[in-house]
Amino acid sequence: MSQVINSLLVLLVLTGFTLLGSSRLAACIRAVGFQGLLLGLLAILMQDGKLSAAGVLLPLTTAVVKGILLPWLLFRAMREADTVREVEPLITYNVSIIAGTAALALTLWLGQRLQLPSEPPSSLLVPAALFTSLAGIIVIVSRRKALTQVLGYLALENGIYAFGTTVALRLPVLVELGILLDVFVGVFVMGIAIFHISREFDHIDTDKLVALSDVG
Amino acid sequence: MVAGSFLPLIVALALAPLMQGVIIRTKSVVAGRQGQPLTQPYWDLWKLLHKGAVYSQTTSWIFQLGPVVWLVSLLLALTLIPFGGFPALSSFSGDFIVVAYLMALGRFSTVLAALDTGSSFEGMGASREVTFSALAEPALLLSFAALARQTERISLSPVLTAISWSAWAHSAPTFSLTLAALLIVLLAENARIPVDDPTTHLELTMIHEVMVLDHSGPDFAMIQYGSALKMWLFAAIIIGVAPPWHRGGPWAETAVSLAGMMVFAIATGLVESSMARLRLLRVPQLLLVAIVLSALAVAL
Repeated sequence: MSQVINSLLVLLVLTGFTLLGSSRLAACIRAVGFQGLLLGLLAILMQDGKLSAAGVLLPLTTAVVKGILLPWLLFRAMREADTVREVEPLITYNVSIIAGTAALALTLWLGQRLQLPSEPPSSLLVPAALFTSLAGIIVIVSRRKALTQVLGYLALENGIYAFGTTVALRLPVLVELGILLDVFVGVFVMGIAIFHISREFDHIDTDKLVALSDVG
Repeated sequence: MVAGSFLPLIVALALAPLMQGVIIRTKSVVAGRQGQPLTQPYWDLWKLLHKGAVYSQTTSWIFQLGPVVWLVSLLLALTLIPFGGFPALSSFSGDFIVVAYLMALGRFSTVLAALDTGSSFEGMGASREVTFSALAEPALLLSFAALARQTERISLSPVLTAISWSAWAHSAPTFSLTLAALLIVLLAENARIPVDDPTTHLELTMIHEVMVLDHSGPDFAMIQYGSALKMWLFAAIIIGVAPPWHRGGPWAETAVSLAGMMVFAIATGLVESSMARLRLLRVPQLLLVAIVLSALAVAL
């Protein structure tokens, strides 16, 4: 069982690297969606056979929302904004991957140092979760397109969720559903915002928005 | 130093050109042609050995030394590679570092020979070869490190024999990551698509072939044979790491590994038929991915 969990965590890390190294938005959206599916599976496997109705349904809902619904929304936003790839990131993809490797080293070190209330089922869980968050942060600060930044935000959230499965196996159902609804609404609103930005300015480059003013 | 078996070396020397033949034949069949006979690489070597070598007046002894050092360093590296159920001819602690550096020595000699011709075209190829291999080397060494750490042995023969079903069941992620990294390194080091196209000549994007343009006759035969051996060497390591399907005795294991090598050659041919070469600027990214995969394998 721990081998399955380990393999899933390795896949989680690899999707993080896909997000960092790919210039195609479609590949990035698929990577983040795949993360969502992985997280759902992980949350079910973590329960160690003691399955309850809520314990299965909640991760399944997460997987469906994060793995299917959100990618669908983002693909729609991508079509409407008429962008296929991130053209000129602030730091190149190779540098992003190197930064990701540094982040991975940092999180592996942190994973050994961090004192947790309960022993995680795999020593890789904390590093993988923190790495996913860090990858999301790197994407948010280093990309120009609004859509890629939304993907970074989602990866950040996925990392927090993965971390949550270690320290809080028994989060109240209401809280989990609330978080899920927040993320869903957030991405929904961001999709609409991206559509409006692209219709108004013919692009979704966020660094050009600093020049926004009423004059001119 | 432990005495091993001559068998891995003999098999490699005898069958390395056949592997090239299988790759070329696969590509022909996929392209809808009948293709050359499987033994054609042997006949090519035979033909080249019976020709005279032509040396440009601008070259020095370095140019003539290049192919010899290339072939000898690969032969030496092959004595350290086990195959099937048989251990390598010699093995000692840390021999995989020697393997990596013997291959670097061979490459260094071909690069020097290419620079010695004074041709700007060959100099360009040499510069590319060195750039990409500098990126492939960390991935190779990190993969070896991951294998050594996982099996707790520091010599290639024991490492590869220690990889069993139970080892795979215990740490499948590590082995699959290493396998993926080694596969990318193989494609890059052997000038295969998607990194380089071994069939192109006189193209501005080629890497390995451009360096050996000025070699002829027996020198070129040595280069060709050395390339075949290098491909065999990497493939043998990959087959050694791959999930072991064999259980009965060293001979059965060798037979299965040989079949694995041929399947691997066919798979390489299929990859070459179905993929386009990457843009030169994208190659470092591919190698970076290999480094990340192997680093992750070490960290696990």
